[in-house]
Amino acid sequence: MSDHQREPMFSAKSLKFFTAPLADNNPITVQVLGICSALAVTVKLKPAIVMALSVTIVTAVSNLVISAMRKYIPDRIRIIVQLVVIATMVILVDQLLKAYMFDVSKQLSVFVGLIITNCILMGRLEAFAMANKPWPSFIDGLGNGAGYGLILIVVAFTRELFGSGTIYGYPIMEKIGAFRVGYENNGMIILPPMALILVGLIIWFHRSRNKSLIEKN
Amino acid sequence: MEHYLNIFIKSIFIDNMIFAFFLGMCSFLAVSKNVKTAVGLGVAVIFVLLITVPVNFLVEKYLLRKGALIWLGESFGDVDLSFLTFMVFIAVIAAMVQLVEMVVEKFSPALYNSLGIFLPLIAVNCAILGAALFMQEREYENVLEATTFGVGSGIGWMLAIVGLAAIREKMRYSNVPAPLRGLGITFILTGLMAIAFMGFMGIKL
Repeated sequence: MSDHQREPMFSAKSLKFFTAPLADNNPITVQVLGICSALAVTVKLKPAIVMALSVTIVTAVSNLVISAMRKYIPDRIRIIVQLVVIATMVILVDQLLKAYMFDVSKQLSVFVGLIITNCILMGRLEAFAMANKPWPSFIDGLGNGAGYGLILIVVAFTRELFGSGTIYGYPIMEKIGAFRVGYENNGMIILPPMALILVGLIIWFHRSRNKSLIEKN
Repeated sequence: MEHYLNIFIKSIFIDNMIFAFFLGMCSFLAVSKNVKTAVGLGVAVIFVLLITVPVNFLVEKYLLRKGALIWLGESFGDVDLSFLTFMVFIAVIAAMVQLVEMVVEKFSPALYNSLGIFLPLIAVNCAILGAALFMQEREYENVLEATTFGVGSGIGWMLAIVGLAAIREKMRYSNVPAPLRGLGITFILTGLMAIAFMGFMGIKL
């Protein structure tokens, strides 16, 4: 791949494939992909991190595989081929989670399976992997997974801290003595609607920092 | 009968696909700019759920579940294919969507013209696979229960997308802060609608 092109593996160009999805081209806040799972698994930090890692791995590897096969996939059946590759990866991730992290796997319930229809995957395969070499595709997958994970972790951190007063299960609010001075956990923020509103606020913040992303109407 | 009504109402309002589980959000946000297309997509989703949920239920019951292959003979009694669930479900959904598209195109060109562009999109809509996986997780007892659940979820989804589309049409006349326009305000609107839908929680029939 990059050998006969004489391009270093971590050139500025390929590094850009990784950093762009972190902010200016974030899969959730800008490309509007993969929102389904992003909201449902963010009540606690731990499942959110596991989910972010799973999606990153699946995106990167299926990008790599599809990109390596891109010249041999007939155009008409490409969606099926992509789904089979993604489904295989997701089954592997699901079986691994069930074997080594059973409690988290129970918490994530159907959302591990739903990685298959996560639009980030199909979106990146269609938009990037079908037209690019394997190595940049792999980096692009990693970047998009990380951008997705970033939003997930920010939302989950906020919801866990203010909703249950813990960070990654550590009872921070109790330890600093907030409850003694009249602080109370906000039960509202654990409920599903607040995830939507939080992401809305993140988008607001993001776009007020980066004016070029503001929509016309 | 009451039991089915319960599943039906529950899947429309209380366990609403969008407001309780955020399934099918991608197309929900992308296609909710005006009411007419929202209705088209909503009908297509109901249609596909009506067909794929019962089919997946039968596949699950007679192929995938542990001991499901017993109808092939005693020696198949302890075969457990449940690890293949994702692959089989998604294949069934993709195949059914393709089939539905072909049948509709042949027998009802008018319906095809209004649903046509949405059908292929739906194969990768999380709401469809999500409904199949929830159907499996909640262990419905027979095909009728599964179908009721499928149709109910579809109607709930359509209700949500048509509602949001109607609000977004009106939003055009509001003065939203520039960075919040488009996606941001849509998220917050959906959140507020979800809060309203939480009022249905706890209803028992």
